[in-house]
Amino acid sequence: MTACATLPALARYTIGLADDALVLAQRCGEWITRAPQLEEDVALANIGLDLLGQARSLLTYASQVEDDGRDEDDLAYLRDERDFLNVQLVEQENGDFAVSMARLLVFSAYSYELYRRLQRSTDETLAAVAAKAIKEVDYHRDHAREWVLRLGDGTDVSHERMQTGLDTVWPYVDELFATTSRHGSWPPPELLQNGVAVDPSQLREPAIAYVQQVIDDATLDLPTVSWAATGGRQGIHSSPMGHLLAELQHIHRSYPGASW
Amino acid sequence: MTSVDGGPALNADLARARRLAAAVPDPEVPVLSIDDLGVLRDVTKDDEGTVVVRITPTYSGCPAMDTIRADVLTALHDGGFADVRVDLVLSPAWTTDWMSEDGRRKLAEYGIAPPASDAERRRGPVGLTLRVRCPQCGSPDTEELSRFGSTACKSLWRCRSCLEPFDHFKTL
Repeated sequence: MTACATLPALARYTIGLADDALVLAQRCGEWITRAPQLEEDVALANIGLDLLGQARSLLTYASQVEDDGRDEDDLAYLRDERDFLNVQLVEQENGDFAVSMARLLVFSAYSYELYRRLQRSTDETLAAVAAKAIKEVDYHRDHAREWVLRLGDGTDVSHERMQTGLDTVWPYVDELFATTSRHGSWPPPELLQNGVAVDPSQLREPAIAYVQQVIDDATLDLPTVSWAATGGRQGIHSSPMGHLLAELQHIHRSYPGASW
Repeated sequence: MTSVDGGPALNADLARARRLAAAVPDPEVPVLSIDDLGVLRDVTKDDEGTVVVRITPTYSGCPAMDTIRADVLTALHDGGFADVRVDLVLSPAWTTDWMSEDGRRKLAEYGIAPPASDAERRRGPVGLTLRVRCPQCGSPDTEELSRFGSTACKSLWRCRSCLEPFDHFKTL
């Protein structure tokens, strides 16, 4: 059992949402100086910054709920891999630019539907974070859509790479919408009953419908997959996660309290 | 925004605190004050007499918020208010509709095309992409180069008339 399994349900849920944003922000940051064009460096830096801001709001709230003396930095930098509750989609390596755009499209489509509903959460703070985040995520979704269209409906090479991008991320799509797996259930059931959390299974249809439309317009095919990732919400991660955390946390752990 | 019970003296005191906070410039667009931007939400006093300044971020990850917080504290301390707290609020979510007319004018003079105003947005049909005027020459013949610019709140444009690139404060 991981330490997070003993956290209050609200803290656990909030940390799950925060970790999705934090980990994807880190992946966005890795593109800086490596994107196909300068404007894209700036775009992915800005998207990462939005996600980091969402993560900070959520981690700050989680630390208040938890009330255990840990602040947002402790949560971001001092937790071990098994205590991160993000979906495995966001921790996967950036890979080809088309893989990153496929991921951003799917994740933004999911986040958009999530935050649209979370604005009506009975938890005031989560509702406020959602109302702010949805405007940003809408913009990210549009950005990813434009790239998928451009690459999918582009040259033979760009079409093939975009299709490979979709095929690569697709095994990780199911986990966004799953409520149960052999590792446990998500979100904590009591939070669904009291209207705090959003049932992710309700997001599948609208989010996939959006992605499907983009895929159709881009002359691509919706992938079919033979396996699906599970366990991220319970702290079980794939091999890229440890490397990502090493880079994310190394400065803070090596030089506690470092500032400039 | 500042409605308090406590007589004219307290009200005058609060009005002065608000003026000090309102004059704090945005660190990234220094021609605008945080009041012009709509980042300053209100200034009140709590039961203990602490001046409470509430600010809201433009974007969730806006890196200017820490600087703004520090600048507000400094401005009020310098103005003789010893007991000050700055609270960050997320709700209601910031929108460019809160930017003052004065702020829009100052932005354009600074070389940044201002966001569409609430009135402008209501005038057009839904989904209409509003024309962004070049802040240099005023031409409406402009194109978007990148949806993301030097900061989260701006996109990068180019004028087809004078050929100058410029920043546009995104409508949110």
